[in-house]
Amino acid sequence: MAKYMLLIHGDAAQWEAMTAEEWAAHHAAHAAFREAAGSRVVGGEQLEPAPTATTVRGGVADEPVITDGPFLDTKEGLGGFYLLEADDLDEVIRLVSLLPEVRATHSAVEIRPVVSRG
Amino acid sequence: MSDEAVAAVAEAHRREWARIVATTALLTRDLDLAEECAQDAYAQALRVWALSGVPDRPGAWLTEVARNRARDVLRREARFRRALPLLVTDESLPGPEDATAADDRLRLIFTCCHPALDRAARVALTLRLVSGLSTAEVARAFLVREATMAARITRAKRKIATARIPYRVPPADQLGARVDAVLQVVHLIFTTGHTAPDGEQLLRRDLCRSAIDLARMLHLLMPADTAVGGLLALLLLNEARAAARVGPDGRLRLLAEQDRALWDATLIAEGTALLADSLRRGAPTRYAVEAAVAAVHAEAPRWADTDWDEIVALYGVLRSMWPSPVVDLNRAAAVGMRDGPQAGLDALEPLLGEPALATYPYLSAARADFLRRLDRLPEAALAYEEALALTANAVERTYLADRLDRVRRVIG
Repeated sequence: MAKYMLLIHGDAAQWEAMTAEEWAAHHAAHAAFREAAGSRVVGGEQLEPAPTATTVRGGVADEPVITDGPFLDTKEGLGGFYLLEADDLDEVIRLVSLLPEVRATHSAVEIRPVVSRG
Repeated sequence: MSDEAVAAVAEAHRREWARIVATTALLTRDLDLAEECAQDAYAQALRVWALSGVPDRPGAWLTEVARNRARDVLRREARFRRALPLLVTDESLPGPEDATAADDRLRLIFTCCHPALDRAARVALTLRLVSGLSTAEVARAFLVREATMAARITRAKRKIATARIPYRVPPADQLGARVDAVLQVVHLIFTTGHTAPDGEQLLRRDLCRSAIDLARMLHLLMPADTAVGGLLALLLLNEARAAARVGPDGRLRLLAEQDRALWDATLIAEGTALLADSLRRGAPTRYAVEAAVAAVHAEAPRWADTDWDEIVALYGVLRSMWPSPVVDLNRAAAVGMRDGPQAGLDALEPLLGEPALATYPYLSAARADFLRRLDRLPEAALAYEEALALTANAVERTYLADRLDRVRRVIG
């Protein structure tokens, strides 16, 4: 078994423009994903939009600098994540295919293997 | 004696390399180490076979040596290797698996052509690990430096292990799409060899041969797959014309000018039979339709006998299943052959603004040809110049320059 981080990227403006029915279908698809993945889901959350983000980065003289906004200020940003346990990449891809974000053209799911210790 | 050994090793390399790497990888669970052990086995074969003769079953001999070598390394480096990510195999997975009986070579090729790998890396890995080309040869085929190619292959192997791309034949529900991904790689290897994108020679025979060997292997292992049969048919029917594509003067011969006596009748017969078999087994696949076009050409004793009706119809079928501006271009060219140069020019017209064809030399070349036949020579010259500017292959350039020259001489 190995851990994978699923990073859900997309255009926040498009997400905000979704109707109540679209959101209901969206959540239903996530519920179907969680059901199919079962105990393989270690964690996962939807994130508040990028304008609520705060970034702290290295500044001069070891003093961290605090700025408003996400680390990467792009049109498409991080909208949510899952932490998943799976046997191999094919299993992850099969589960990710259930997520609604891979059906919309503005969003995508990035699969990142987590460094394994031990 | 020694010559015989060298020839036997070369033959075993072509026939058995993929199987040896694939089987050893199951033991090492590390593609790098499997490749190294296979290489060592061949080096040892060169020495031992020269002294004590070629064994009865060279493949079994090589596999045994490679696996023994792997066991030695694994024992010696056990501690170091524990820290490395291992190849995910069926044996390392819990639960029932249905594909355990599959040939190890299939695991290897499906892994090398996994869609999670970069396209260029899939081609490189397949040529290195399945076809057994050296990294230098793969680099030369794709016109990159050897160090660049080595880095590309290493990166891909690392991703396979780290991201846990499984070393197995995909399950039935994913098989169709994954076979497609494999066939794309094989097709790309063939087309790269068929008309080298650059350089002095029109063909790179080693790449064409690697692609055909790969397609033969896939067909042997998946005889019922219609897409595989269709691709093998397509490659064989194209390969059959190889000897006629460049004349004794080193110049390009288009289909219309080829000496059809030079076509390989054995390959044509085999390709045609494979195509018929693929069509009998199910709905036509993209490659089968392309093979059918090649088969129509193969059936015509002379260029003038070509059944253009049939070819235009086949490109129409191809367009409906695999829409692509290149298919449209081929269809338009065939329309011109059937109905005359003006009809061809009209059929090409809507493609002129197609961005995907903006740098495609065959569009300009086809236009040039129709314009020349319509005696619109200044425009033809311009179109030949355009095609020439977009072409990097030396043999194709010579052909176009020659055409341009003739048109210019008439214009005066």
